[in-house]
Amino acid sequence: MKTNLLTKAAVIVLTIGFMVVFTATARALDVKRIELPNGLILLVVERHNLPVVKVSLGIDAGNLYEPEDKSGLAALTASMLSEGTVNRSSQQISEAIEFVGGSVGASSGKDYASVSLSILKKDIDLGFELMSDILLNPAFPADEIEKKVERIKGSLRSSEENPGYVGAREFKRIVMGAHPYGRLVSGTVETIDNIQRDDLILYHKKYYAPNRTVMAVVGDITADEVRQLVNKYLSSWKTADAETVSAEHVTAVLKRETYMLDRDLTQANILMGHIGVSRGDPDYYSLSVMNYILGGGGFASRLMDNIRDNKGLVYDIHSYFAADRLGGTFQIGLQTKSESANLAISETIKEINRIRTELVTDEELSDAKAFLTGSFPMRIETGERIANFLVAVELYGLGSDYVDEYAGFINAVTSENILLIAKKYLHPEKLVIVVVGDQEKIALQEDFR
Amino acid sequence: MKKYTLFFGLLFLIYACVPAASVRNEVAVPVSEGPVYEETLDNGLKVLIIQDASAPLAVFQVWYDAGSIHEQIGKTGLSHLLEHMMFKGTERHGPKTFSRMIKRVGGLDNAGTSKDYVFYYQKLAPDRLELSIKLEADRMQNLLLDHDETLSERDVVMEERRMRYEDDPQNLVYEEVVSAAFKNHPYRWPVIGWMQDLQNASVADLREYYSTRYVPNNAFIIVAGNIDLPAVMASIKREFGKIPRGPQLKPLDVQEPVQRGERRVYVRKEAELPYVLSSYRAPNIESPDSFALEVLAVILSDGKSSRIYKNLVDGKRLALSAGAWYSSTFRYPYLFSVYGTPLPGKSIDELEAALYEELEALKKEAPSEREVQKARNQAEADFIMGQDSIFYQARVLAEFELLGDWRLKDEYLEGIRNVKPEDVQRVAQKYLVQDQRTTGTLIPVINKE
Repeated sequence: MKTNLLTKAAVIVLTIGFMVVFTATARALDVKRIELPNGLILLVVERHNLPVVKVSLGIDAGNLYEPEDKSGLAALTASMLSEGTVNRSSQQISEAIEFVGGSVGASSGKDYASVSLSILKKDIDLGFELMSDILLNPAFPADEIEKKVERIKGSLRSSEENPGYVGAREFKRIVMGAHPYGRLVSGTVETIDNIQRDDLILYHKKYYAPNRTVMAVVGDITADEVRQLVNKYLSSWKTADAETVSAEHVTAVLKRETYMLDRDLTQANILMGHIGVSRGDPDYYSLSVMNYILGGGGFASRLMDNIRDNKGLVYDIHSYFAADRLGGTFQIGLQTKSESANLAISETIKEINRIRTELVTDEELSDAKAFLTGSFPMRIETGERIANFLVAVELYGLGSDYVDEYAGFINAVTSENILLIAKKYLHPEKLVIVVVGDQEKIALQEDFR
Repeated sequence: MKKYTLFFGLLFLIYACVPAASVRNEVAVPVSEGPVYEETLDNGLKVLIIQDASAPLAVFQVWYDAGSIHEQIGKTGLSHLLEHMMFKGTERHGPKTFSRMIKRVGGLDNAGTSKDYVFYYQKLAPDRLELSIKLEADRMQNLLLDHDETLSERDVVMEERRMRYEDDPQNLVYEEVVSAAFKNHPYRWPVIGWMQDLQNASVADLREYYSTRYVPNNAFIIVAGNIDLPAVMASIKREFGKIPRGPQLKPLDVQEPVQRGERRVYVRKEAELPYVLSSYRAPNIESPDSFALEVLAVILSDGKSSRIYKNLVDGKRLALSAGAWYSSTFRYPYLFSVYGTPLPGKSIDELEAALYEELEALKKEAPSEREVQKARNQAEADFIMGQDSIFYQARVLAEFELLGDWRLKDEYLEGIRNVKPEDVQRVAQKYLVQDQRTTGTLIPVINKE
């Protein structure tokens, strides 16, 4: 398990968000997969280097299931789990887990909700007891809801001063349109006010079910011990009958659009892009190689080379495909001083055009493949990362043969193949461009407006 | 603990695309549990090796005593700019090759500059360490420092400064507070440098700094992972052993004058919510009081059961976010800080007063034994969990080595374990006094819209 990681084939999963590249081989990790009678899928990796256990649960209870006028419901439900149960107050929970230096909590994203536990092995019973309590018996106390809502609204307000946040919000709204992916996971000040306590109770009852859950346990523990803990603390968890995916796949609407937000900043914060692909798209892997060369490969990428290294216009520029269950986006993000905004945008578009019209070089291709297939150990260096990785592999249905298939895909990609998918998936004439900054100084040129 | 937060912007990386988690710091196991091999080459270069058979990858780090404390007035930011230039090539390996060569073997690399040090690292497969050794030895002595490349990279760093400071109101407050808190010590200027100094930075400045400080007797190497120790040592000796020793450098010897009263600074900037940061002069690990100050910071601020969260965020509903921050591992006495953002509608003055009330409460009455035990447990669990990454194991060793001896890390853990409730009360009384603090306030100005 320890020594032969590097010689095995490697894999990549690009999950939600910022350059999260996982590479892994399930066999090299020696995963025990157990399907329990109530539908819970249990994944265990023994790792005895430290007296620590990390648990990660992925639950099919993300914001895909919330009504539009109550957006934020999934996130609020998740964040309320640790704010009081029928057995313990919010403060009793945090006092108990923090006394032993552990942590337990929940959050929700676009595709699924997450519950996590981090604990020293000696306190594993307490950890499971608290985790099962918040998972099975949340009380959603009215006063705690009120405080939580107040803080979420405050955070929404505070985030307005973060140009990256504001830009990403508007980009998502324009690209994804009415689809749930176009909304803020946190909800807005208006939609949060539409959420009642009963909505939280119902949401939890309906979607927090073992047959919608994957649970990964990684650390100083055996599969038998995990099974005993699950029997002891989660045996009362009952299967629920609810829809699996109520939302439609994102439909590709490509339309040239620019959104400018005037702020007193020295830099223009720019996001460019459009609709992308879902995680299950067969072209996903070839796109990973293409994107590495375009703007995903750090200093090895063309965008970084041209716009940072050659022209000194940015500190950071990167491109990525955020690929989720029902669709995704392709986006390029950069920040540059107001006066350079036009130049940076036009150079970025040049690079998109170049990869759509010219073959990538053999060196670029082999470098990309070498990194993507060879960087596995970096990505699952810690128990926590392994646990999160296993949950993603299972929830995105990548399967047990995923490893071999992936390695094959990456190594089969040719420069012709890259040219083809670049033409198919990159649309420089139909970019959504979001620019946050001092619009007078930025003076966006006519053809970018 | 919580020594590195992005929030405090203490460390500047060559490249932004690293997982946020890597900017947190954890502390390593006692030496008795993890053998460290130590050897110093004839040219004064010290090598420390942590063998960890359970780690699937290797980490190679080179640390230079070349942080921003060694800069001069009018030339701030040189240390960090030079760190960027270290990726701009040598005669043997031209510009744009370093990171590409590392990525080609499935590795990752980055570098960081703080007030106290500069470090460079690669994470890669243990059988690829030879590449790191050759490349790092090469750029320790043969850096090109091309004129045009320097001008271009200066622009990149100015963009980094705009992103991190000019357009981030809370970071501007931090920068102002630190530069007001110190009158004489070079801690007073920001690692990234003042914009005007960056504009004036020249190749000649960089060359002088490089030739003086990038010498084997002003650096040390840390290697960690499942490695072949004799082979790695032989390789290090072959590549680094031939680099000539530089002149002996005098240690920095600057005393900060006595502070005779509170200092207050204000930042007026477009923002949604106000913010306050209050920083007290505080000792580093050379003082036994530092352990109690570490525990004090945990009691105030670590988790939802901590005093500031419980009382200010949850109880009084004054703060949207608030906390305390301290690190004993600065090389010279630094700061103990409390900070907060009020909930919308709540006043910044009220929040500031409430933060001080928490400090006064601890001065008046020692915390309970259970509260101190909880803090010790939290610190120790963080300690243990941090071991999961050999990168952090190596980094922690380095930080203590910079403080004089890597073996100090054991004293650190022991020191934390021995803190008593009366110690916490005593250090609060001794250091957290009005006359010894510098307070910065962000005054939001109206949006342009």
